[in-house]
Amino acid sequence: MSETSVGGPGRLTLSAKDFKTDQEVRWCPGCGDYAILATMQSFLPELGIPKERIVFISGIGCSSRFPYYMDTYGVHSIHGRAPAIATGLATTRPDLSIWVVTGDGDALSIGGNHLIHALRRNVNIKILLFNNRIYGLTKGQYSPTSELGKITKSTPVGSADAPFNPVSLALGAEATFVARAIDSDRKQLATVLRAAAEHQGSAFVEIYQNCNIFNDGAFDILKDPSSRDAALIPLEHGRPLTFGRENQSAVVRAPSGFGLTVRPTSEVSPDEIIVHDETIADPAYAFALSRLPQADLSHTPVGVFRRVSRPTYDGLVREQIATAAADVTDREAELAKLLNSGDTWTIL
Amino acid sequence: MTKQVRQLDRVVIRFAGDSGDGMQLTGDRFTSETAQLGNDISTLPNFPAEIRAPAGTLPGVSSFQVAFADYDILTPGDAPNVLVAMNPAALKANLADLPRGADIIVNTDEFTKRNLARVGYDSNPLEDGSLAGYSLHPVPLTSLTVNALAGFDISKKEAERAKNMFALGLLCWLYSRPHESTIQFLRQKFARRPEIAQANIAAFQAGWNFGETTESFAVRYEVKPAQMPPGNYRNITGNMALALGLVAAGVRSKLPVFLGAYPITPASDILHELSKHKKFNVTTMQAEDEIAAVGAALGASYGGALGVTTTSGPGVALKGETISLAVALELPLVVIDVQRAGPSTGMPTKTEQADLNMALFGRHGEAPAVVLAACSPADCFSMALEAARIALTYRTPVILLSDGYIANGSEPWLLPDIADLPDLTVTFATEPNGPDGRFLPYLRDPVTLARPWAVPGTPGLEHRIGGLEKADKTGDISYDPANHDFMVRTRAARIEAIPVPDVTVDDPDGTARVLVLGWGSTYGPIGAACRALRQRGLAVAQAHLRHLNPLPKNLGQVLRAYDRVVIPEMNLGQLAHVIRSRYLVDAISYNQVRGLPFTAAELESMLEEVLKNV
Repeated sequence: MSETSVGGPGRLTLSAKDFKTDQEVRWCPGCGDYAILATMQSFLPELGIPKERIVFISGIGCSSRFPYYMDTYGVHSIHGRAPAIATGLATTRPDLSIWVVTGDGDALSIGGNHLIHALRRNVNIKILLFNNRIYGLTKGQYSPTSELGKITKSTPVGSADAPFNPVSLALGAEATFVARAIDSDRKQLATVLRAAAEHQGSAFVEIYQNCNIFNDGAFDILKDPSSRDAALIPLEHGRPLTFGRENQSAVVRAPSGFGLTVRPTSEVSPDEIIVHDETIADPAYAFALSRLPQADLSHTPVGVFRRVSRPTYDGLVREQIATAAADVTDREAELAKLLNSGDTWTIL
Repeated sequence: MTKQVRQLDRVVIRFAGDSGDGMQLTGDRFTSETAQLGNDISTLPNFPAEIRAPAGTLPGVSSFQVAFADYDILTPGDAPNVLVAMNPAALKANLADLPRGADIIVNTDEFTKRNLARVGYDSNPLEDGSLAGYSLHPVPLTSLTVNALAGFDISKKEAERAKNMFALGLLCWLYSRPHESTIQFLRQKFARRPEIAQANIAAFQAGWNFGETTESFAVRYEVKPAQMPPGNYRNITGNMALALGLVAAGVRSKLPVFLGAYPITPASDILHELSKHKKFNVTTMQAEDEIAAVGAALGASYGGALGVTTTSGPGVALKGETISLAVALELPLVVIDVQRAGPSTGMPTKTEQADLNMALFGRHGEAPAVVLAACSPADCFSMALEAARIALTYRTPVILLSDGYIANGSEPWLLPDIADLPDLTVTFATEPNGPDGRFLPYLRDPVTLARPWAVPGTPGLEHRIGGLEKADKTGDISYDPANHDFMVRTRAARIEAIPVPDVTVDDPDGTARVLVLGWGSTYGPIGAACRALRQRGLAVAQAHLRHLNPLPKNLGQVLRAYDRVVIPEMNLGQLAHVIRSRYLVDAISYNQVRGLPFTAAELESMLEEVLKNV
């Protein structure tokens, strides 16, 4: 089996409709998941990968219904375990393009351990975390990304749990590709998905996704035309980090501490403005970017935070196997040799 | 001085010392020499969970028991004839197991006031007459070793550490064992430090020579080779046999083997061994936890590999949800549980067979899985292949039970011809199987009731599977009541319908009225007890289960043919419960959960009581 090459010679001509299944999509009307599904279905044909070589693996939660709606191979598995299952598949099957679809509860609560270990191993899988900052399928409890003080069914006087910042977490887990996108911005989402698909190794993409039933409007500040330009920091490799309708804000080094901060562009000199570089080896830069958002989500960077190259777990493992197996021509004879090794004796 | 040589038919030796004294190695080497000689053997190591408990203390005692005989033996022996005690703690911890008259070889150098006091000896047992009932051989093992190594350029500490080889040399002389393979072994083990290799060889030879010249040993012994079926043999532990069986399953199925595992006593050695066999396309992944280990194995199975996970009881508990997923997905999965004493952490290095209930019933929903159990160290090889065969043919999780006793214990294994191993070739789905070129992932094979194994990468068979209930044939999500009822019954029926070999009964003259039924590692002690009873003219039948779900089809008939059925188990009656409820047989449940295997003697006297009352 050969390694998957994405974006290769796209002789294959598929369209979005080739990726639709006959299953009725059963998310709540208005759910952000519809937009993500549509984007995925229309983006996948670009990769030129035959459908049979694409696998979606999910856990449990609203987002995890995703595989049923993609006409590829798919497994709707159990809560939190999709990265582990995908790791076993990716390690034995280099010819597949493997996508994990998960949510904030699935990936960060019950499956937190598998997520961080998949990322540190740099398994060649793409992990899409639909973050709606709430538990949807269990009907409205707070999640590990819900804000402190969140009032939900299980926290009537407010949550006492401090939330995770998924991008910071992924960076801390040594992820080689970390990005963020928003469900409603299909163009930007497709750009990020494309970059994730092209990445060799674990790609982690946080997708802000609106749950219009239990946490409606959670990301409105990033979507509303009146607020979004001032709140969003679009990340583009090689471009200075200025944002706002008039590029009136800029990302610069913080005057104290080790981080970054936002200042009016007019008050800083151009060479103080950070030029975005996804490929910096030291994760400190991407981490600093991940800490920019305020409690109200203003100053939220979207796009690719980090994209670095590191050997993949599955690649290294296969290399060890290939090296060891290189001289084996007759496996049965080799097995006979193995069984007969050590101290043996013969009874006549 | 020519010494008298006496013939024995069977000897049981226990090497005991501090966990840093190298007793496991000493026992292993003695076993290997003994195997070369053609005796039948059976071994039982016993070590503390602590890596290095404080030196000289009772919790730090590690021992290795080896039984060898000129006939086929079934257990490592109830009680040693010979105890080698490297310090007072080793003597104290093992003395109670010794019958009167047994030989005790002690390292007198360690019997200092301080060491005696540490284990609660008020007076020196070597001098106070308390060992008068035994045949005591006081030997200053440490100082003799240090003296023998005076000419070597090694530290005193290094010289002292070779005392186990001195003891081994002495025992090899005493029982007329060959020694070439030990010398070769030492050369290899210390290849990077030739002076240490030479010192250990010298210590070994000094021990041998000491036996030859000392007056402390007037007699040496011989045990003639046993009558065993002709062929090539090697000595093997259960864990090693499981690992080799899995490698063989990969070769015979022509599939990659993927092992997901998290280190756990007493199963870790399977992971260690399999990690050496990459050339057979065996991938081992040390996962972040037990759940990931089984998840990755299932993911590999989904992709067309033989997915395996190895663990012990606490790990199986964690894997339960994923095994249920495998039941729903109907994919091959081999789960090996090397049982240890529970509940919770329990006694990790001690044996037990109390995970049967969990293997049979320990999942949510109606989640039937195949359950097998190996009955001896060498049997682990065949059962690993059997687990793979059933998993691959019937697309189901198979739980294979072993335990700490057979995992670490060893016996001679008659090496099989590769061509005689089962052919495990599988056929993946390649073509649509439904009307209009549709692929129906839950359309079953009429014979095996297995669904097609359509691996990703197969054009035209794209499909989705998952843990949600599926509609028959199409595999689409279904909440239909009748469909769920049908699918639950079908999953149960397809496991129940798997053909397994009939259970055979060992009832030599066919007159027995009492049947002893066992499963797992109790095979040896039960067999030895039955044999002892028969030698005394008492008729008793033995049957042993290797397939626990589904059970052999003839089992009910076998059980009803006897007036009494006795089920000895190292648990509180888990198989007995199944047998009583399923066959309405009033079986006698005999239980012991001491973290140790049954002794043949205790089973013999228990069975004698039963026989009296039939």
